[in-house]
Amino acid sequence: MRELLKELIKHKIGCASLIVIFILVVLALFAPYLSPYDPFEINVNEILLPPSLKHPLGTDLLGRDVLSRMIYASRISLEVSLVAVGISIGIGIFLGSLAGYLGGIVDQIISRFIDIMLCFPTIFLILAVIAYLEPSILTIMIVIGATSWMGVARLVRAEIMSLKERDFVLIARVYGAGTFRIIFRHLLPNALPPVLVSASLGLGQAILIESALSFLGIGVQPPIPSWGNILIEGKETLEIAWWLSVFPGLAILITVLAFTLLGETLQEVLNPKREIR
Amino acid sequence: MIAFLLKRFLTLIITLLGITIISFSIIHLAPGGPLSPLTEFNPKITPEYREKLVKMYGLDKPLYVQYWKWLKGIIKLDFGRSFSLDQRPVWDKIKERLPVTLFINALSLFLILLIAIPMGVYSAVKAESAFDRITTVVTFIGYAMPSFWLAIILMMIFGVKLQWLPISGLHSTIGYDEMNLFQKVWDWTKHLICPLFVATFGGLAGVLRYVRNSMYEVLKSDFILFARAKGLPERVVIYKHALRNALLPLITILGLSIPGLVGGSVIFETIFGIPGVGQLMWQAVMARDYPVIMANLFLISFLTLLGNFLADIGYALADPRIRLESK
Repeated sequence: MRELLKELIKHKIGCASLIVIFILVVLALFAPYLSPYDPFEINVNEILLPPSLKHPLGTDLLGRDVLSRMIYASRISLEVSLVAVGISIGIGIFLGSLAGYLGGIVDQIISRFIDIMLCFPTIFLILAVIAYLEPSILTIMIVIGATSWMGVARLVRAEIMSLKERDFVLIARVYGAGTFRIIFRHLLPNALPPVLVSASLGLGQAILIESALSFLGIGVQPPIPSWGNILIEGKETLEIAWWLSVFPGLAILITVLAFTLLGETLQEVLNPKREIR
Repeated sequence: MIAFLLKRFLTLIITLLGITIISFSIIHLAPGGPLSPLTEFNPKITPEYREKLVKMYGLDKPLYVQYWKWLKGIIKLDFGRSFSLDQRPVWDKIKERLPVTLFINALSLFLILLIAIPMGVYSAVKAESAFDRITTVVTFIGYAMPSFWLAIILMMIFGVKLQWLPISGLHSTIGYDEMNLFQKVWDWTKHLICPLFVATFGGLAGVLRYVRNSMYEVLKSDFILFARAKGLPERVVIYKHALRNALLPLITILGLSIPGLVGGSVIFETIFGIPGVGQLMWQAVMARDYPVIMANLFLISFLTLLGNFLADIGYALADPRIRLESK
């Protein structure tokens, strides 16, 4: 793990993404100490103020400080994406290793299920499911996780399939290791690098989906701030308050970019044979 | 070839059945059943009336009977009636919107190819050049760009600041009927520039990256080295030998990128007020209009499946290796 970190820091791009992510995590963890104002405090005397020294990113329709709201929003985004990616990796590893190790009919069924899930445009599927549930932060985490595991499942399946005939697996079996022990102790660790890459890319995608859902009004509900739902106000005040749309969008772009580039760098570092840009 | 087609067709049918099963199970996720938005919080609906509704929709029957009935319905494009005030048949509502969404998506797919192929090929040929770097930057920004934000920024710049383009709808509402054909086309174009830009930019990243990397790999292969060794002009090597091989798998990639493109419709149609199925989906979700949601989900995934199927066949037609392999 430490070597991996060292390798990452050597890369210019990997290092930059790590710094961005680190800043974001610090902001999220220490939001109450770092944000200059209370993100929920309504102030009727300071409605829609442009950026100034007092409010670096301006204020919104209810006179709340945009910078403070955005710092708190980073908490929500990281929380949602971490849990969602955790769920999707859990499902992906479970189904992928079952399909890869057992093969045969189990593999057929799981592979077909993956193909079917891939036919649904993610956003349509998520919208349909959310329509039946109360929009809440927990709902979004689960729904994003439950609709984005297919890539990981395929990765793990392929990796395990290619390894299960190797001698070290045979030896483990001769020594009496059970199916689950073989999968978790001997096979999965080999599948970890690609899973790590797709987790990093997945974090970025989860943040994109969460903010899109919040923007559409079915994600994180106000007054809880999210980059997506600050943009709702931004769209309404397009003509008069540019700061309400520009800053939250930039935050999403930079964050997603950081996770994506980290994923790319990880891939390069973990698998130097393959040419990746 | 016939064996290949049959096999693919069988897979298509199985996948289609899977799609109907998943869509159907989502209907029954609703707490209180699929009728809850009609009956909950509605004092006019007495328990007797509710009972009648349950009978009418067949909700008292076992699940497999309901599924079968629903399946028979969708074969005849009968998705039931909308829960909204007009209570129109769901298919009528979708029918009038589907062409808009398909048109915009087809157009943006065309634009994606128009940009991605030359740009990707040129970057691969001039790998590590300044142009190649620009391509990389465009790719990653495309991956990370929230499309709804891009839409808002375009609206802000071209609609509000510069006032060059209209920011909502498919055509003008005032004076549209008096325009001649040329003016109408111009009016549509102006309305479509921003939505098309958003749709194209979103889909460009994946395809561009694919073209660039595929071409880059092919250019390093032995047969290209051989073609060069033979003394063929560089132009022939690149555009005849390399390009064909690099672009073949693109057919599959396009098939795979359909869900993403169509999914983007929800976002840009909602923001730009375009009356397509994406906007309908969003409105239905906000109003909990379950029959419309289910029909939309089913139809869109069916179209995606169809797109993938056609891509598979197209690939097999273009590349004999594929159809021989699967025998």
